[in-house]
Amino acid sequence: MATATPDTYTEKTDEQKAIIEMVRQFADEQIIPNAEHYDHEDEFPEPIVEQMRELGLFGVTIPEEYGGMGLDLTTYVMIVEELSRGWISISGIINTHFIGSYLLMKFGTDEQKQRWLPRMATGEIRAAFSLSEPEVGSDVQAIKTSAKKVDDSEPAMYEINGQKMWVTNGLMSGLVFVLVKTDPDADPRHRGMTCFVAEKEPGVGENTGEYAGFTVPPKLKKMGYKGVESTELVFDGYRCPAENVLGGEQAGLNKGFAQMMDALEVGRANVAARGVGIAQRALELALRYSQERKTFGKPIAEHQAIQFKLADMATQIEAARLLTLKSARLKDAGERSDLEAGMAKLFASEAGRFCVEESFRIHGGYGYSKEYEIERLYRDAPLLLIGEGTSEIQRMVIGKKLLSRHKI
Amino acid sequence: MKICVLVKEVPDAAVEKRIDPSTGRMDRSGERNLNPYDTHAIEAAMQIKEGGAVEVDEIVAVTMGPASAVRALHKAVSLGADRSVHLSDDALAGSDVAATGYALAQTLERESPDLVLLGQQSDDGECYTIGAVLADHLRMPSLTQVIKMDVVEGKLTCERQAEYGYDTVEIRTPAVISVGDAINEPRYPSLKAIMGAKKKPLEALGAGDVGVDISKVGAEGSQVDCGTFKAPPAKQAGTIIEDEDTIETVGKIVAWLDERKLI
Repeated sequence: MATATPDTYTEKTDEQKAIIEMVRQFADEQIIPNAEHYDHEDEFPEPIVEQMRELGLFGVTIPEEYGGMGLDLTTYVMIVEELSRGWISISGIINTHFIGSYLLMKFGTDEQKQRWLPRMATGEIRAAFSLSEPEVGSDVQAIKTSAKKVDDSEPAMYEINGQKMWVTNGLMSGLVFVLVKTDPDADPRHRGMTCFVAEKEPGVGENTGEYAGFTVPPKLKKMGYKGVESTELVFDGYRCPAENVLGGEQAGLNKGFAQMMDALEVGRANVAARGVGIAQRALELALRYSQERKTFGKPIAEHQAIQFKLADMATQIEAARLLTLKSARLKDAGERSDLEAGMAKLFASEAGRFCVEESFRIHGGYGYSKEYEIERLYRDAPLLLIGEGTSEIQRMVIGKKLLSRHKI
Repeated sequence: MKICVLVKEVPDAAVEKRIDPSTGRMDRSGERNLNPYDTHAIEAAMQIKEGGAVEVDEIVAVTMGPASAVRALHKAVSLGADRSVHLSDDALAGSDVAATGYALAQTLERESPDLVLLGQQSDDGECYTIGAVLADHLRMPSLTQVIKMDVVEGKLTCERQAEYGYDTVEIRTPAVISVGDAINEPRYPSLKAIMGAKKKPLEALGAGDVGVDISKVGAEGSQVDCGTFKAPPAKQAGTIIEDEDTIETVGKIVAWLDERKLI
């Protein structure tokens, strides 16, 4: 455990303050006023994404030598909170990219880093990552998609076959970090899995030429989290060069499971920040509406029933934010943060759901109307309970880790 | 061409502003930020630089203020200024508009700018006048509320907002131009610009460095003497007419206006 005092979790450097101020202004001026349109049309918010590229938001954690900003996870989660406060679909557009860059930075070979990171830092190519399959979500070890080395091919190739599911940015990305089985007989099964960096043409459903066999079916229709596409991926004889094995064929083959689990740890801090952001926005909407709306001759904010809701929301948000920042700071300090990231993800995603529901109730009938922003938040928040490990899985992980840390 | 942009650190827009009764000055505790009106002046300078009609050698952000004003300068350079100048001296504290204008003019003399830009007002004092004071000291022509500016070597064609419409005015440089907030949409500072802000040159100067006669500045040297302060009287609550039956509501409003001989 770190010895940091609570202050060090919330303290910001001058640069962090300036960055947060900029991102908040960007969210207030560019994201919030436009989210309703893109949500309603389920349309990719390209003009917003283009501005994000110019602002450098695709390269936050990528080292400066590759053209990124080289900032830490703490600064990244602060940014994600602000973007998510605007609309969680916007943070979704950079989240998978962030995980892809994390995987490359931590496990990639120098050649792989040189090849992809500079174009990722500018947002020229965007990354997705993929574990889930139509019949497999939480039980990652049961995946069926497989890769087999092609005999006598030059350069060396693997052929990937199978189907993936729930891939955020599945269509618009140019790189998909995909976990597949490479040793069907491995025992335990996770020692027979490899992460490939599967390349494709961004925005193309049916790839041809060197990417033939990689198909992205039409995007899935969702309750919320619109604008950013979630897709299936179908691999049917897709050939992926052996040099695209994350970490290189020699070092990376059959190491994919551990690599992905490592990335999910930072992914959890990331989802936690999204929970804080959406909860924060729900609170802001509730604070405003409850002071405008009157019942029984006074603003509803003067009723204790409403004040209690506001108090519970604000308390959960503060706790969720502290947990999130703590897990990020531990990771930045090079300390173990798996337990903390799990707690942050669990608590903050539940706080997101709780706060949007309370804010929705405060809005009364208007909350059910599409005229009010809370309606969108109410549909968006449940995503966070599922993605990057459900709340139930988080509890299992937290429970197991607690017992292993406190074994008698 | 060298452009100097005047910037100011002000209490954050979200902070409720109040006068400290013991000093007669604005209470500047709490969150502070770059005056939002100044971001339009910086953006105007950037658009001249990027427009290519004239060669802009550098854009210099200039401020007078306490040590904390450095943050406003960092924001100014993250928005595009090449370097910044910070005039800070205990002797300057409490300066009124005339004294501040004098001290800033002294600072600008050292820079010999071809163009001085500033925002239409500060978000705290809201005087709207510092540009005119500066121009007087610098012996430069000056315009306020400029919302469009075309620059060619040696002169500017400006559109200024007036109560009756727009004036189109040609003005020779060097000049002091106070820009209205309708002139542009300021850009967002990129992450790279924010991270690089501290690396851009920042020159810290005292009153003596710019030849300020300290008898003319500070609370002592200022002409304005602040007397006592009172909070404005609380507004009386208005009459709210609930709109249940619109014809009846209109009748009530008309009766109310009629009673006061307003119609």
